Amino acid sequence: MQTDALTGGFGDAPVQAARAFRAALEAMARPGTLHEVTGAEAPAPVGAAAAVLLLTLCDAQTPLYLAPGHDVAAVRDWIAFHVGAPIVAAEDAAVVLGRWQALAPLDRYRIGTPDYPDRSVLLIGEVDALSAQGARLTGPGIETHAHLSLPEIEVFRANAALFPLGWDCFFTCGTRLAALPRSTKVEPS
Amino acid sequence: MTLHDQNYNFGYLDEQTKRMVRRALLKALAIPGYQVPFASREMPMPYGWGTGGVQVTAACLTPEDTLKVIDQGADDTTNAVSIRKFFQRTAGVAVTEHTEQASLIQTRHRIPETPLTEGQILVYQVPIPEPLRFLEPRETETRRMHALEDYGLMYVKLYEDIAHNGEISTAYAYPVKVEGRYVMDPSPIPRFDNPKLESAAIQLFGAGREQRIYALPPYCQVVSLDFEDHPFEASKADHDCDLCGCATSYLDEIIVDDAGGRMFICSDTDFCAGRQAAGHIGRLSGKDTA
Repeated sequence: MQTDALTGGFGDAPVQAARAFRAALEAMARPGTLHEVTGAEAPAPVGAAAAVLLLTLCDAQTPLYLAPGHDVAAVRDWIAFHVGAPIVAAEDAAVVLGRWQALAPLDRYRIGTPDYPDRSVLLIGEVDALSAQGARLTGPGIETHAHLSLPEIEVFRANAALFPLGWDCFFTCGTRLAALPRSTKVEPS
Repeated sequence: MTLHDQNYNFGYLDEQTKRMVRRALLKALAIPGYQVPFASREMPMPYGWGTGGVQVTAACLTPEDTLKVIDQGADDTTNAVSIRKFFQRTAGVAVTEHTEQASLIQTRHRIPETPLTEGQILVYQVPIPEPLRFLEPRETETRRMHALEDYGLMYVKLYEDIAHNGEISTAYAYPVKVEGRYVMDPSPIPRFDNPKLESAAIQLFGAGREQRIYALPPYCQVVSLDFEDHPFEASKADHDCDLCGCATSYLDEIIVDDAGGRMFICSDTDFCAGRQAAGHIGRLSGKDTA
């Protein structure tokens, strides 16, 4: 284990996790809004916001799948020390982390069951750019409409059509994050 | 904040519990109206005092928050005071009685009269989260009914209300349909408050004993169940507030003597005090009613 696996966690976990969660909560409640989170540093290629989300939401109870590119020894070591999430196959994961393009195919992840639609996966997709322009979003949490630079359109439309089943995702880019729950309807702008 | 009792973790709960609650909250926001099971913890207060709401609040609080706690609209009742002091001690957060100044409001059975805004969070204490529970006691069955969107039984119940009483007599915990999908119990708020469920604020519901969390994102469509020929009506006592004169707020009836005397006052104490401070007067303003 490299010693840098031991650094980069929260210095004051209760307060930093609380602030990070509020950003994540606002993001999920208001799809398309952008939020800045800081305070965690994981080995490359994990971005700062993705590291914050891992520390805030994941622990030994959340089986984690690392997509190709993120599944490297340094990242595994960092997660083992700071998060403790078991690394599992894509089909068994509660949380998935990776570059957005590396997460495909998306139909292998858990989407919940009709009785328990909450037993579904949370995708954390790292993207190169994240801004409030691009695809048009409507649905719960959005007063009229919002825009978000989604990496693609069709998969989100297919996911929303599964409602109340489906997956939810966070997009991260550096220290910036946004969320797209399954309830949001996505159209090309 | 220096007030935070350092013997407690920030917000009382341990970090793993908060992560569990937080994951449930995110799922709840993603599936509006669906009750997410969560591993509710024992809290240092009895069930029925808001253990679910307290856990949700604890998972959401940041040191920068300003907390308001109301019980039936009042800031100064036992339940509200004890929960407010609990978070002053375990999280060191600022507290307020003014709705506009609060960033997080925990409520038992009322929605404040002052419209909520973006940036505010309203946390409800929920006794029975399952709207179908009194119609179907088995959890396995109600879960399947939600999965199949089988809400006929609820309409039968409302129809029987009309058949027996000539109107839908459900006065509180009036069932709503969220985004055209899940039927949800808005907690025992008076049906007067139902139209306020469509809000700019985030609304989170915590049921501690029943171990469920559910949520309404902002601007979420919330429709009170009704019939075309018996439309939903948000009802209240047909009086004005006797202290501030407000004709549009929800009223509490108070017996003031043993000769049938009574007065009606705003249930929302902050709203009523604000109106009185602004010079509004009611029928009994300035009179000794004791």
